[in-house]
Amino acid sequence: MIEQIIGALIAVAVALAAAFAYFWGSNWLLDRFLATDNSMSVETVTRRDLRRSSIRPWLFVLPALLFLALYLVYPVIETLRLSLYDKYGLEFVGFANYAWAFSDGGFWQAAFNNLGWLIIVPFLSTAFGLVIATLADRLWWGGIAKSLVFMPMAISFVGASVIWKFVYAYKGPGQDQIGVLNALVTWLGFDPQPWITIPYLNSFLLMVILIWIQTGFAMVILSAALRGVPEETLEAARIDGANGIRIFFDIMIPQIWGTIVVVWTTITITVLKVFDIVYAMTNGEFQTQVLANYMYRWMFISGDYGRGSTLAVIIMLVVIPIMVWNIRRANAEQGTR
Amino acid sequence: MTTIATTPDAVESKPMGVPRINLGRVAAHLALLFFVVLWTFPTVGLLISSVRDKDQLALTGWWTSLAHSTLMAAARPDTADKAVQEGDHWVIKGNLFGRAKGQQIETFGPTNADIGKNAAGATIPMQDGGKLTVEANGDYVWNFDQQPTYSGAPRIYYVTGSPPRFTLENYARVLGSTGVAESFVNSLTVAIPSTVIPILIAAFAAYALAWMQFPFRGLIVAVVVGLLVVPLQMSLIPLLRLYNIIAGGINDMAGHQVAESKSYLGVWLAHTAFGLPLAIYLLRNYMAGLPREIMESARMDGASHFKTFTTMVLPLSFPALASFAIFQFLWIWNDLLVALVFLGAQDDRMVLTARLVNLLGQYGNNWELLTAAAFISIIVPLIVFFSLQRYFVRGLLAGSVK
Repeated sequence: MIEQIIGALIAVAVALAAAFAYFWGSNWLLDRFLATDNSMSVETVTRRDLRRSSIRPWLFVLPALLFLALYLVYPVIETLRLSLYDKYGLEFVGFANYAWAFSDGGFWQAAFNNLGWLIIVPFLSTAFGLVIATLADRLWWGGIAKSLVFMPMAISFVGASVIWKFVYAYKGPGQDQIGVLNALVTWLGFDPQPWITIPYLNSFLLMVILIWIQTGFAMVILSAALRGVPEETLEAARIDGANGIRIFFDIMIPQIWGTIVVVWTTITITVLKVFDIVYAMTNGEFQTQVLANYMYRWMFISGDYGRGSTLAVIIMLVVIPIMVWNIRRANAEQGTR
Repeated sequence: MTTIATTPDAVESKPMGVPRINLGRVAAHLALLFFVVLWTFPTVGLLISSVRDKDQLALTGWWTSLAHSTLMAAARPDTADKAVQEGDHWVIKGNLFGRAKGQQIETFGPTNADIGKNAAGATIPMQDGGKLTVEANGDYVWNFDQQPTYSGAPRIYYVTGSPPRFTLENYARVLGSTGVAESFVNSLTVAIPSTVIPILIAAFAAYALAWMQFPFRGLIVAVVVGLLVVPLQMSLIPLLRLYNIIAGGINDMAGHQVAESKSYLGVWLAHTAFGLPLAIYLLRNYMAGLPREIMESARMDGASHFKTFTTMVLPLSFPALASFAIFQFLWIWNDLLVALVFLGAQDDRMVLTARLVNLLGQYGNNWELLTAAAFISIIVPLIVFFSLQRYFVRGLLAGSVK
């Protein structure tokens, strides 16, 4: 065990040494081989200066580019290719995998559930985040409140799944319930339920876990945006006699609309990738399957590269509009800088 | 986090509206309290449950853990033929709990109705003859003047109480026998290098993209922003195939394969690469926001880009570097998918998240183990989170596209 940690620390040292050696070494070489001094003619100096400054940026970005190319760009292309090939990635099968997906009941179930996740989780997380941010910014203990609501952000999806599985825990009628939800239900006079096994309701209960985690994120971003709303506009609205609710909906929300959209899309992307919660809670049983977990199953349990890749591509297709929008937004920001 | 509370003052200074505003403020306090309780309740439940006695945990809700819990039950003493003669009378001895010991009887009685009448240690007359004494630990003595002849045995009704018991035994068990301790080390082994390695690589790239002129710069930035949202699922299959091919190609002299496709090195590199888009994006935005005069004065003094970067920009970027490091660490510590795919789920390799999933399957109802294991897995991120929250929030605000 201790050797393992030492191994990891050595890896850190080696990696850092390699990075230092590369960055310092390559720059030293560049300065050395394209050095200029007073004995050289003006043209040589200019030429060398130009060449140096055209090479140096590439030395800076090269390692990052290599990593990105190998681990992200190449796999995207390769996954696209594999989605057109058979189980072992050997034989070209055209769109057969896509045809399979669109005629597969499991796929539609996962897609249907994913749609539910996509609608409910971003909406409720953003809404709760906005409400909590608004409340917390007006009260003296708002800082502490925000910290506590934000805390689940630090907890892993799996850890959160254990926490909530305990909340949903079920024991037969007549026994003392140890799960909070069933205790509440029996206290109200109803029968306890095995929540995780009740289709469609169980999907929502899994969504609750992600909402619990993501609300803190929405709250932090929206709280910062709310503080950016100019005090004069709020004051003007108050003088005109608007009440708190009107100010919230008619003044504050329009002013931070851009931020709300950012929060919404960010949570949407998280939702699309959600795998851990379903994997830990039900592993797709009881009709809770989602695309990311379905993809994992086809890839690692069934070992089918073609279908696994196809499902990955379908997830990717949903992300692309958001990706394009993001790039445009980043470009626009650059333009104004 | 600091809050700027200008709004309430402005509201309160409005004439006439004072009582209504106060009511509104009470409602605001209550609403916020409701949310805070709702959001912390599940975690608190986990923490409390993890230190409760495992028998109590399995029987009663954790919210009752501070209360003195009582339970009503009934048991039968031995049948008449077990009576033994002691001097001039006959005695039946035993324990009402049988094998399930460890409870404390508070009161008892011969019928359900008088269950609360007799304190432990009392002696009561019985319908079947003789006198029965029940001790708190469940031991009973039933004295007869002559040999008892009743058929069957009557029920004795009793109330047991157990004081709240808290223990660290669950943690000892989880750490000792379920592999959680090993997994903790595995998680550290994965997380430390994967957090440190990308930082320098990203910092250089970010500086170049922010302050140096070169062709395709805009394109590279666009690609990085695009890669921020590419689902990891797209990368898994090709990389796993690639890893398999590479590992298959590394042979010793005799031609045996010596490398494994699932290794810590593979996970470190994968996490490094997957973290780079966010790192570059965050750092580039931060560095681009540094004052232009600093760069220009450095250039005037004849410093090269390399020198400007290492001596000025890198130290100035510390907050952004810290933000990224926290993000990356939390993300890796909490990751399940990458670890499962590139490190696998063999017993000695499992990271904490994978172990937790494993325990969920294995000990689905042993909440004393699950809660303790879960708490061990979330304690590190919680410490990081609460001690470095400021950097975390700053990073979140700067890079909220991932």
